[in-house]
Amino acid sequence: MSTAKAAAGADRSGTDSSEQYLTFMLAGEEYGVDILRVQEIKGWDKVTRIPHTPDYVLGVINLRGAVVPILDLRRRFGLETIEFGPTTVVIVVRVMSARGERTVGVVVDAVSEVYNVDADDTKPPPDVCGSVDTVFVKALATIEEKMLILLDIDRLIGNSIVDETVPAGAAA
Amino acid sequence: MTIDPEMAEIVKVFFQESREGLDAMESGLLGLGATADTENINTIFRAAHSIKGGSATFGFAEVAAFTHGVETLLDEMRNGVRPVTSEAVQTLLQACDCLREMIAATEAEQPLDQGRIAALNSDILHILGERPNETPTPAAGAPRSAAGAPQRAAAAGPAAGVPPAAAEQSTGWRIVFEPVAELLRLRNEPTRMFAELERLGTIAARADVSRLPALDALDPESCYLSWTLEVSGQIPRPKLDEIFDWVDSHCRLEFTPTGRSAAAPAAAVQAAPQALAPSAAPSPEAKVASPANAERGPAAANVPVQKAAAESGSIRVATEKVDGIINLVGELLITQSMLSGFADGIDPDDLDRLRQGLSQLARNTRELQESVMQIRMLPISFAFNRFPRIVHDLSRKLGKKVELKLTGEGTELDKTVLEKISDPLVHLVRNALDHGLEIPDRRLATGKQETGTLELAAFHEGGNIIIEVRDDGAGLNKVKILQKARERGLVAADQELTDEQIDNLIFMPGFSTADQISDVSGRGVGMDVVRRNINDLGGHVQISSKEGLGSTIRIRLPLTLAILDGQLVRVGKEIYIISLLAIVETIQVPRERVNKLVGRTEVFRLREEYLPVVKLCDQFGVEPDSRSAEDGLLVVVEADGKRAGVLVDDLLAQQQVVIKSLESNFKSVSGIAGATILGDGTVALIIDVPGLIRSVINSGGAISAHAA
Repeated sequence: MSTAKAAAGADRSGTDSSEQYLTFMLAGEEYGVDILRVQEIKGWDKVTRIPHTPDYVLGVINLRGAVVPILDLRRRFGLETIEFGPTTVVIVVRVMSARGERTVGVVVDAVSEVYNVDADDTKPPPDVCGSVDTVFVKALATIEEKMLILLDIDRLIGNSIVDETVPAGAAA
Repeated sequence: MTIDPEMAEIVKVFFQESREGLDAMESGLLGLGATADTENINTIFRAAHSIKGGSATFGFAEVAAFTHGVETLLDEMRNGVRPVTSEAVQTLLQACDCLREMIAATEAEQPLDQGRIAALNSDILHILGERPNETPTPAAGAPRSAAGAPQRAAAAGPAAGVPPAAAEQSTGWRIVFEPVAELLRLRNEPTRMFAELERLGTIAARADVSRLPALDALDPESCYLSWTLEVSGQIPRPKLDEIFDWVDSHCRLEFTPTGRSAAAPAAAVQAAPQALAPSAAPSPEAKVASPANAERGPAAANVPVQKAAAESGSIRVATEKVDGIINLVGELLITQSMLSGFADGIDPDDLDRLRQGLSQLARNTRELQESVMQIRMLPISFAFNRFPRIVHDLSRKLGKKVELKLTGEGTELDKTVLEKISDPLVHLVRNALDHGLEIPDRRLATGKQETGTLELAAFHEGGNIIIEVRDDGAGLNKVKILQKARERGLVAADQELTDEQIDNLIFMPGFSTADQISDVSGRGVGMDVVRRNINDLGGHVQISSKEGLGSTIRIRLPLTLAILDGQLVRVGKEIYIISLLAIVETIQVPRERVNKLVGRTEVFRLREEYLPVVKLCDQFGVEPDSRSAEDGLLVVVEADGKRAGVLVDDLLAQQQVVIKSLESNFKSVSGIAGATILGDGTVALIIDVPGLIRSVINSGGAISAHAA
C-alpha cells in the first residue's frame, strides 16, 4: 500500500493526454482503475454479511462511520476463489451510479503499481478479453511490455451492483 | 445586475422572510371574522408592509408595487374605514398566492405572470374603488406605473398618502423603545431614528439607563439604553412604523397615542394618559422642537408591536450543519460504548474510577445527543399551518361548511418526518372534506349541525407521535366498500371481514368508492400511497369509522429517523438489531405449543392467539445454534397490527443505536431496515420488522394469523 502511495506522488507528472491508473493483481492478471476514483487502500478485515445479496457482495464494513459494501472481485468475475492472504487488500473506490456517488470497497489479490497511461497507448477491448466480461473493460493498455486491463468501475460496480433492482416490498 | 455575495445573502434572507410574512398574512386573513380584529389586521398589515419595503429596497419594483395595493386595502381595513368583506378577504388570499409566485419567480430570476398580476391588481383597485366614504382613491392605482420607483419613496409617499381622514385624532404618541443589546452591532443607529422622528414632531425623550453596567464591564458595542419618547404632533401611525421598520425585530416597541385633540406639544406630554412609565430609572430629558404636520393617528390603537413568540425564540440553522453534529454525536456514542466494553477487562483498582468516568461520559453523551436531536425537532404546526387555507378553499369549492380544529400544534417531531408527513396529511384532509363531510342540507337532514367539524390532533404516546384526522361526517360506507372490493377482486367473494378490516380496505392500491371522480379526490390513487409513505417513515396508519358519525384516521410515527432504541439479538455468529418499539415480549416456547401448518409455516400459541414463527436463520441464511423453536427465544414483534414470533438464539444488550442507511453506499435489502455500528466498530443490521412480517404472512398464503 505504501508503494502505491509513493508511486502516486512520484508519477504525478502526467501530461493532459495521460491518466494515472492504480493497478492491482487478480488471478495473475493486472487491472487498472482511474486513480482519481481511489479513496484509500486498506487491509482485509471482517465484514458483516448482508442477507439476500449475490455471493460477490461479501458484506459491509464500518469505514469511519460510513457503512460501505465490500465486493469480492474474483467472485464478481466468476474466477476461482482463494483464501485471503497477507497481500489481500481492499481498494476503496468512489463510483458513480444512477443514484449518485457511492463508496465501495473491492477485494483484490494485491495492489501493484501506479502508471501514467497515454491515451495513445490504449486500445479498445477485443470481444474476448481474458475472463472478464468486456462491458466492464474501458480499454487495454500496454505498459513496459505488460498488458493492463483498464476497468470501467462505474459500469462494473456503479450500475451493475449498487443499483440492481430490489425485490418489491424491500425495506425502506 | 451583479450582486455581491454579502448582498446575495441578505436578499436570500429577504425571500425567506417574505415567505414567512406571507404565511402570517394568510393565516391572519383566514382568521379574520366578520369584524375586524385590530391585532390580526395589524399583523397582516405589518407583513405586507415589510414585504413592500424589502422588495423595493432590493429593487424588486414589481413586487413592491403589487404589495402596495394590498397594503392600501389592508390599511383601510385596519383603520376601520373599510368593512372586512369575504370578497375582499378572498381577493387578499389570492394576492398572497400571487405574491408567493412573484417572489418565487423573482428568486429564480424568471419572468413574472403579468396577466395574473394585472388581473388581481385590478380586482384590488376595484375593491378600493368602491370606497364607502368621501376619501378619494389613493395613488394605489399608481403601483403599476410606479414600478421601478425607488424604494424609500414608495414606502414614504404612499404610506402617508393612503390613510384617509379618520374620525379620531391624536396629537401625539408615547413610544416605548427597548432595543436588544445587539442593536448597535446590527448596524442600527438609534440617534438617526430619533432625528427622523424629530422631523415629524416635537420629541421629549427619556432614556432608561438602569441597565447600564459599571464602566469596566461596559461593552461599547452593546446597547444598554432604552427610551420613552413622547412625540407630539398629528402623526399618522404608518410614519412611525416606517421609522422603526428596520429595528422592530430587535426591540420591544410600544406605541400609545396621547391626547385627543390638537394641543400644544407640552400639554401632550403632560396629558399622557396611560402611565406606562419606565420604572424608577434616572431619566435624563431632552426636548427638541420642530414643526408638526397635521394628520391623524389611529384611534383606539394601543397596539404593542410584538413579534410572535415562536419567531423570537427560534434560530435558523442549515440542515447540513445539524446533520454534521448529529453524525459527530453518533460517533461519540460509538466511542462511549467501545470504552464501556473495554472496562470489563482491566486492573481492578482502576476499575471504579474508570466506571465512574464512564458513567459520566455516558450521561454527557446522552444529554448532548438529546439536545442536538432537539435542534431537528420542529413543532407540527409547520405541517398543520397550511390546512386552514386548504380547508377554506376546498370547502368553498365543495359548498360545504367546515370548522377546522387544530390541537397539539406544539407537538414536536423530526424535521425529516415532518416534511414527509405533510403530503399524506394533505391527502387525508382532502379526502375527509370530499368524502367524509356531507353538504349542509344532508347534515341538517340527518340531524347534525350544518357545519361539519374536521379535527387535526397531534400528541405523544410512548416513544411515538400520533396524528389523528377526525371528521364528524358520514363515515365509511362499509357495504359499498366491501362491494367494490369484491368487484375488484381485492377480497374473495366468500371471505368474511371484520368492520375494522373493511375500513382498512381503503388503503389497498386502486381503491376508490367515489361515484364521481372530482379534481379533489376519487381517482383511487392516494390512500395506498399515504400508507406507503407512512410505512416508509417507520410508522403505520389505521382508520376507524362509524357510519353516520364520522371517521378517525390515526397515524403513528417515530419521533425521529436518526436514532432507535434497539434490542441486540444473536443468531449463530451474527448480531441483528430489533427496534424495541416493535417488541411486544420475549418468551421461551415449549414444544407442545408449536404446530406446523400446511407445508412449512410453523405457528405457536400465545395465550389466545396463533402467531407465525419467523426463523431468522432461514430468512437471512445464517447457521444458528438451533433450528427448533423450543431451544431458542421467540421475540414477539408487532407491526401494522400483525404479530409474529422471531426465533433467535439469544438476547444481548439493549442500546440506542444510530441508524445508518444501507442505501447511501449500497441498496435497500429486503428484511433489513438499515445498519448501525456497534461498540466494537463492527456493523450490525437492523431488522425491518414490518417487512419481515409481511414476507412471512405472504408466503404463508391464506393462513390467518388469528385464531378462529
